Amino acid sequence: MDDLVLARSLFGTTMGFHIIFASLGVGLPLMILIAELLFQKTKDPDYAVMAKRWTKGQAVLLGVAIPTGTIAGVQLALLWPGFMEVIGRVMALPFQIEIYAFFVEALFMSIYVYAADRISPRMRIVSVSLVLIGAAASAILITNVHAFEGTPAGFRIENGEIVDVDPWAAFFNPSFIVTAGHVVVSAFMTGAFVIASIAAYKMLRNMKNERLYKFHRKALMMGLIVGGIFSFLTALNGHESAQMLHEYQPEKLAAAEGLFETQRYAPLAVGGFTDRETQEVKWGIEIPWALSFLADNSFKTEVIGLNDFPEEYWPPLFVHTLFNAMVGIGSLLILLSMIGFFWYKILKRPHFPKWLLVLFVPSGILSMLAIEFGWIFACTGRQPWVIYRLLKTEDVVTASGQIGTLFILFTLVYVILGLAVILVLVYYFKRNPVEKELDKPGDGVSVY
Amino acid sequence: MTTDALLAITVVWGFVFIYAVMATMDFGAGFWSMVYINKERTNATNIANRYLSPTWEVTNVFIVAIVVALFSFFPGATFILGTVLLIPGSIILLLLAIRSGFLVFSHYSKSGYGKLLTYVSGISGFIIPAILLLVLPITHGGFIEVIDGAHQLQLDKLFTSPNAYAFSGFAVTSTLFLSSLLLSDYSNVANEPEAYKVYRRDALIVGPLSLVMGFLIMLTLRNEANWIYTNMMEYLPFLIGSVAMFLIAGGALFLPSQKDKRKLGRPRLAVVAVVAQYLLASYAYGRAHLPYMLYPDVTIQDGFTHPNTFHAVFITYIVGFLILFPGFFYFWRLFMKDKRYLDQKES
Ligand code: HDD
Ligand code: HEM
Ligand code: HEM
Repeated sequence: MDDLVLARSLFGTTMGFHIIFASLGVGLPLMILIAELLFQKTKDPDYAVMAKRWTKGQAVLLGVAIPTGTIAGVQLALLWPGFMEVIGRVMALPFQIEIYAFFVEALFMSIYVYAADRISPRMRIVSVSLVLIGAAASAILITNVHAFEGTPAGFRIENGEIVDVDPWAAFFNPSFIVTAGHVVVSAFMTGAFVIASIAAYKMLRNMKNERLYKFHRKALMMGLIVGGIFSFLTALNGHESAQMLHEYQPEKLAAAEGLFETQRYAPLAVGGFTDRETQEVKWGIEIPWALSFLADNSFKTEVIGLNDFPEEYWPPLFVHTLFNAMVGIGSLLILLSMIGFFWYKILKRPHFPKWLLVLFVPSGILSMLAIEFGWIFACTGRQPWVIYRLLKTEDVVTASGQIGTLFILFTLVYVILGLAVILVLVYYFKRNPVEKELDKPGDGVSVY
Repeated sequence: MTTDALLAITVVWGFVFIYAVMATMDFGAGFWSMVYINKERTNATNIANRYLSPTWEVTNVFIVAIVVALFSFFPGATFILGTVLLIPGSIILLLLAIRSGFLVFSHYSKSGYGKLLTYVSGISGFIIPAILLLVLPITHGGFIEVIDGAHQLQLDKLFTSPNAYAFSGFAVTSTLFLSSLLLSDYSNVANEPEAYKVYRRDALIVGPLSLVMGFLIMLTLRNEANWIYTNMMEYLPFLIGSVAMFLIAGGALFLPSQKDKRKLGRPRLAVVAVVAQYLLASYAYGRAHLPYMLYPDVTIQDGFTHPNTFHAVFITYIVGFLILFPGFFYFWRLFMKDKRYLDQKES
């Protein structure tokens, strides 16, 4: 394999691993904050216990989130030095501001975890809020660099020189708001469904123990409601992301939908596999006119097909499957959370049937998968460009060789860290079961 | 050199200095918490962990800050630096991942496994400074060859260079020195006389070793990178001042304690003096390094970013600092001053 393919594999693996912990680093603080607020409002100590336990989990996850993020940041410069040279000249602002977001996050996370017993409840809520703001801001800012890669702005290249640099125009590039919004709401959604997953699993295990069942039911409802709201927002905003592609990266949208011929009243292909030879989506279901409507809210809209672009600029065609999987999962999870809400709040049934709980269990993993699919779609679908229509990936890769060995070493370390983090979490929560923390005497604040 | 470029390199130097001090304390504390893990009576491990738990995350942000400052201020240097540092940089990243991960995991595991995890993080953290400081001799030139138009690091040359070993040795000894000093101060404030004794003794042992390593660096630098050696000699007063600070720190450990006249040592004074020692030495080194980022290929001028970007970024520094300062202050009060945190009998 050549160095380009290896560098792409290495960077993709790093990001695919980092994003798991980074998304939880954005999503869980929201759940912790909501639990803290509910505790202050209802004085129900169960919520304090939840906040405490989720914080413990989040603190362990940080042990992987932070080093893998550091790897990602440094690897950008090590593997794609040509890319970072351009970023340094034009798009340094988000990276720079992100440092402050990291500081806010790191300072107040430590304060929340290690000083919780010494600060007032109000200061605790301020601290988690700042953790949440810091984490969400870092996600927004780093995603902005990705947005810039798709819709570059704020500079021109003239005879190989970068001229007319306007760093704020680059910062507010056309897809910034939509893309960053999508990443943040999908991370909130994922944090919520991960909580719902665990709660549903625990409810299945504790059908007979009313006290525990009730505790986990509160967590489940929180997860389903927050997850439901944010999966709905994710879908709405995803629709806008697709329209953004229609306007700025039409070949990516064409690849996502497996559309070869430019046409009005374009059909939407759901499922199936794109076939390069026959130029069609095999085994897919076609919804007539729908794609045109999705692309620009009108059936008459002309959607550009792949054949209008030279084949060397086509993104890989398997992104169709990734895109479908992401959208499919999003729709499924909206439905699931609505069923749960309906059952408990409208029908007012205190006990969930087993089959329903079984359905809730995989929701967290599915949501995480949607994030992975979405990113691989977004980054791989940009190929062969690292900055759309301006800079090719093959022109920015490092020339120093040895990437194969590094790929193996980094993958090995990710496997070790991944296994270790699971074992540590499982054993920690086994040794400190909820039973030990529930119904402790005291005002509930002292649980820290 | 334009003032902009000078301002930018000063910021980078500032980050490097802060990170150097915080990281030596961080990695060193991890190492000591491993060394004393079986001596529960002295509480030395507890003290190290009490310092480490809240700070490692903040310390880590500074590495990211250095890298970001480098490529946003000096993108022209990024290409060569990134290419040349791929291997050493990746090794550092791999060790860092293991170290941070296992450090956190060890706090959440029970004794048996917890100890194993502490060993893994302690040892990997101990190696990181040794490799991290190799970046300096690499920038002095002599280890890079241009092959087929690409800059390539000659690892065999690096590993046979006495100068490189001197830098690594200095990194390790000063990590142990600075951290033991800081922890002696920390245990003094926390009223842990046993731990204080242990760390004061350690500082007295590794302190002189780190000074010897410093001299070894200068000695080998003279042969291997004479240009920076001669430049540094122009800042001789700073170097002498640095050694003087070291002696003051040593003396401070033998002064009678302020709290209790029968005890020896004023660790706070020693910490301040040693930080001043490193500040003076690294100022001399940094000045001597200019105008080169990578000798002789890249100067700060030809790697410099677009002026518009520089100005925008610089403004965010000022705004960012103003916003963050209260946060840092609050953090410091809660973890470095609050007796309720320092003086808790179990951790
Ligand atoms: C929980 C995760 C999740 C879910 C349910 C969805 N997405 Fe998504 N999507 C992401 C998580 C995500 C992501 C991982 O966050 C991506 C990758 C890059 C990005 O900006 O966001 C993304 C990218 C992404 C892009 C590409 C943007 C680009 O290439 O720059 C589009 C067009 C959509 N999404 C559209 C949708 C639609 C129409 C959805 C309908 C329900 C949807 N997404 C659900
Ligand atoms: C966190 C989730 C992300 C995942 C899972 C992800 C995945 C990937 C993958 C699989 C590749 C290889 C693409 C290919 O060659 O086919 C890649 C490349 C790349 N990604 Fe992403 N990415 C993520 C986020 C980001 C972000 C936030 C940025 C911007 C800062 C980014 C910038 C890049 C760059 C510069 C490359 C290399 C050049 C290229 O292949 O275009 N990625 N990523
Ligand atoms: C869109 C995808 C990404 C998201 C949502 C994201 C989000 C986050 C979050 C929330 C954290 C803090 C972790 C925590 O404290 O819980 C983090 C850490 C980090 N991320 Fe990512 N990140 C993404 C991609 C990247 C990329 C592409 C880079 C590299 C340029 C990167 C660099 C970092 C660094 C350096 C850290 C560690 C900061 C520290 O030392 O504290 N991230 N990321």
